[in-house]
Amino acid sequence: MIELREVRFGYDDRTILGGIDLRIDEGELMLLAGPTGVGKSTLLGVVAGLVPGYTGGVLRGDVLLDGVSVIEQPARERAHAIGYVGQNPAAWFVTDTVEEELAYGMEQLGLPPETMRRRVEETLDLLGIADLRHRDLRTLSGGQQQRVAIGAVLTMHPRLLVLDEPTSALDPTAAEDVLATITRLVHDLGLSVLVAEHRLERVVPFADRMCLLRSDGTVLVDEPAAVLADSPIAPPLVELGRLAGWQPLPLSVRDARRRTSSLRSALDRGPAHSPERVPGPTEVEAAELVVAHGRRVVLRGVSLTLHAGRVTALMGRNGSGKSTLLWTLQGRLARTSGRLAVGGADPHQLKREQRRAHAGMVPQTAADLLYLETVAEECAAADQSADAPAGRCAGLLARMAPGIDPATHPRDLSEGQRLALVVAIVLTARPPVLLLDEPTRGLDYAAKTALAAVLAELAELGHAVLLATHDVEFVARVADDVVVLAEGEVVSAGPVRRVVAESPAFAPQVMKVLGPDWLRVDEVASALEAAG
Amino acid sequence: MSAGVARPRLARELHPGAWWAWAIGLAAAATFTTNPLLLLLLGAVVCAVVMACRGDGVWARAFRFYLALGVVIVITRTLFRVVLGSGTAGHVLLDLPEIPLPDWAAGISLLGPVTREALLAGLYDGMRLGMIVVAVGAANALANPKRLMKSLPPALYEIGTALVVAVTVLPQLADSAKRVRAAQELRGGPPGRIRGLRRFLVPVLEDAFERSLALAAGMDTRGYGRPGAAPPAQRRLTGAVMLTGLLGVCAGVYGFLDGTSPWWLGMPMMGAGIAVALAGFVLAGRRVVRSRYRADRWRPPEVLIALSGVASGAVAWWVAQEQVQVANPPVAEMPQVSLAALVACLLGLVPLLAAPPPLTRESRELESVVESDEDVAEERLRS
Repeated sequence: MIELREVRFGYDDRTILGGIDLRIDEGELMLLAGPTGVGKSTLLGVVAGLVPGYTGGVLRGDVLLDGVSVIEQPARERAHAIGYVGQNPAAWFVTDTVEEELAYGMEQLGLPPETMRRRVEETLDLLGIADLRHRDLRTLSGGQQQRVAIGAVLTMHPRLLVLDEPTSALDPTAAEDVLATITRLVHDLGLSVLVAEHRLERVVPFADRMCLLRSDGTVLVDEPAAVLADSPIAPPLVELGRLAGWQPLPLSVRDARRRTSSLRSALDRGPAHSPERVPGPTEVEAAELVVAHGRRVVLRGVSLTLHAGRVTALMGRNGSGKSTLLWTLQGRLARTSGRLAVGGADPHQLKREQRRAHAGMVPQTAADLLYLETVAEECAAADQSADAPAGRCAGLLARMAPGIDPATHPRDLSEGQRLALVVAIVLTARPPVLLLDEPTRGLDYAAKTALAAVLAELAELGHAVLLATHDVEFVARVADDVVVLAEGEVVSAGPVRRVVAESPAFAPQVMKVLGPDWLRVDEVASALEAAG
Repeated sequence: MSAGVARPRLARELHPGAWWAWAIGLAAAATFTTNPLLLLLLGAVVCAVVMACRGDGVWARAFRFYLALGVVIVITRTLFRVVLGSGTAGHVLLDLPEIPLPDWAAGISLLGPVTREALLAGLYDGMRLGMIVVAVGAANALANPKRLMKSLPPALYEIGTALVVAVTVLPQLADSAKRVRAAQELRGGPPGRIRGLRRFLVPVLEDAFERSLALAAGMDTRGYGRPGAAPPAQRRLTGAVMLTGLLGVCAGVYGFLDGTSPWWLGMPMMGAGIAVALAGFVLAGRRVVRSRYRADRWRPPEVLIALSGVASGAVAWWVAQEQVQVANPPVAEMPQVSLAALVACLLGLVPLLAAPPPLTRESRELESVVESDEDVAEERLRS
C-alpha cells in the first residue's frame, strides 16, 4: 500500500538515507532495525510526512500511497491514511484527558459526532484502556501513555501505523502488552505496521518482514530470519542460534527451545564458574527507608546494601519507586523514616557539593546536565567544579567513548556518547558510589556493550554501581546482584542468577531457552568451546 | 427504581460560557458597590458556589490562589492609603510624621496622620478590587478554561488552539525546570548567579523548544491544519471580506472619536464594518471541516445560571443608581443594606440549585455503581 522509491535524504555535509526502496503491503508488520543514529527515525518521518518539514535537509525520490505520489503532501494531509506515533508519546499529547486525546484526530478530520463517539468506545475497548477514559494524561504510566498514543491515531482508522520505538521506555511486562496490542491490530484489523525498535528481542517474533538500515544509508529487506543471519545487530536469541548453527535461525524462545537437544550434551556440565567480583567494603547501607512525595508514600521500608566493586541492578515496573530510591540515596530526597549511610554519612544532611563526592548520579534525562557549547568546555567545567586536575574528565571520557571531537556540541553527540559524557562529568568528582537511572534507553547493542564494559571497569576500580533499568538482557550481562522493587517494597534481592531465574518476566532469553543455569551467550560459547 | 426515590441527577460539566457569564455578572455587581457588607456577602456567595460546584480538575484547585490574591490586594490597597498619606480629615488613629517632599512632587504626600476614614476608604476600595479578582478566579475554577477556548466559533479555532497549547506548555515548563534543577545539583558549576542562571536556563529552554517541536509534529500528524475543501477563489473572497470589515471598523472608531469628521464616518461606518466582518467570520467558519467531540450545549441549567449572573449585575446597577447610600456608603457611618442589594448578592446562589452535580472521581464512581445496580436488577427481572 505504501512504497518508497529511491528515497534519498541528507544535509549539505552528510547523507542519511541513500536510495531506499521499500514496500509495505496490506496487513504486514514490518520491523525497522539498525544501529543508533543511522536514520531510523528519519525514515519513519519520511513515511509520515514529517521529513523534511520538521528537520530541514533535502529529500529526493518518491513516496507512493496506493500508487499516488504523496511526497509533496505534509503530514496533516496523510493523517487519514498514516498514523504516526513518535518516540516520547507524553510530549505529543495535545489535550488533557484520554477521551479527548482519542477524539482529537477525528475532530481534525471533521467526522460526525456519532461516529466519533462510537470509535472512541471501540478504541478504548480494543486497547483495554476503558477504565482510564477520564484520567489526566500526565498521571498515566508509561505503558498506558503509549497505548493511548496508539489509540489516538487508531481512531482515525489509518491503514498504516508507524511506530518509533514504542517500547523503549517500558518495563518488560508493559512492553509485551503494547506489542501484543499491536499484533492484535495487525491480525484483527488488517492494519499495516512499520515499527522501529532497538530491542529486537521484543519485536522479532511478531514481525512478518524486517528492514535493516545499514550505516551507509541502504537497506536490506527480507524475512527476519534471513536478515538476522548476518546482521551486525542481533538479539541474544539469534546470537545463540548462530553459535549453535541452527538453520533457519529461531526467532522466538519457543522455536529455540525445541531445538536445544543438539546442544544438551555439550552443555551438560553447566556454565563454567567465572570468577565472581569480590564484594568490597559496604558503601551504602539503607535500612527500612520510607519516602513519600507529599502524602503519597513511594518507598515502604526498603532495605538495601551496596558493596564496593559490585554492580547492582534495580528492576521493577514503571512507577515502582526506582527513581525515588536513587534520588534518596543521592541525598536530594528526604526520607520519612529509616536509616541511610552512603560512604559513612547521611547524604541528606550533607551539603550539595559534599553529596557529589559521596554518590554520583546520572539522571534519566542525562542531557539535563549539559549546558555548554562544546564537549571540551563541559569537561573543563567538570574538572573545575570538582577541584580535579585539568583533563581528568576528558580522560574518563576518552576511556569510555574514544574518538569524540572535543569541539563537538553536546547535542550533536549520539545517545551513547552523550551518556558517556555525563557519566564522565559525574565521575570526575570520584564518588565511590555511582547511581544510574535508565542508562540504556535508546542505546543499540554496540553502545550497550561499551556501557557494560565501562561499568565492569568501574566495579574493578572499586566503585559501587547501582543502575535502574528495564533491560533484562543488559542486566544479565552487567549485573552481579539484582534488586526487584514493586509498589515501593523489595520483592526479591540477591545474586543475578538466582533473582532473574525466579521471575519469568525478568529472565533473559538465554535462560528462557536453556534453563536457569545459563545467563549469557558468552557462557554458552565458552562451554561449547570447552566441549570441543 | 421505585417512584418514591428521586432520580439521581446526572453529573456533567456545564458549558463554560455559563460560568463565565455568571462570574462576570457578579464581578460587575461588585464594581457597582463599595459597601463592605455587600462585598463580603458576594465573596461568601462566590466561595459557596465554587465549593459546591467545582469538579476535581487541576484548574479547580487554583481557586485558593485567587482568594489569596484577593486578600493581598485588599492589604496592599489599605497600606498604600497609609503610606501615601490621604489628607482626608477625620478621626486620627495614628499620627505619623509627614515626610516632606520636594516641590516637583507637589500633590503627593508620604505618611502623615492616618485617619479612620482614609483607612476605611482604602479598605472598601481594596475589597471591591479583590472581589472582582475572586469572581474571575471562580470562573476559572468552575469552568475548564480549555473547554472555554474550544467553544470559540470555528473561524477562531486556530487562535483557540494556540491559546490552549500555550496554557498546556506552562505546567510542562514548570516540570522541566524542576527536573533540570535537580539534575544540575548532580554536577558542580561555576559560582555566581549569572552563570548559574545559564546552567539552569539552557537545558530548560532546549527542553521547551524540543517539546514545542514535538507537539507541533504530533498535531500535524493527526491532521491539525488540514485545508478545508474550499476552492482558492472562496478563500480569497473570505479574506477580502474580513479585511474590508476590519478596515471599516477602524475608520468607524476614528470617526466616532474625532468630533470634526463627517457624521457618516462615525456610528454608521462602525456598524457597517462590524456587519461585514461578521459576514467574513461566518464565511470563514463555513469552510472549516472540523467537528467537535461531545460539544458543550446550552441547556436550561446553563441559561439559568448565566441569567442569574446577569440579573445580579443588573440589580446591583439599579441599586447604585437609586440607593446611593447603600451602594457607596460614606466612610463616616455604619454601612446600610437594602432588600434590593441583598437580592443582587443572593442571586449569585442560583447555581447551587440549578447546576447539576460536578464531575469528580466520586460522582463518576457513584454513577457507575448506579449502572451496575441497574444491571443487577435487570438480570433479576430476566431470571
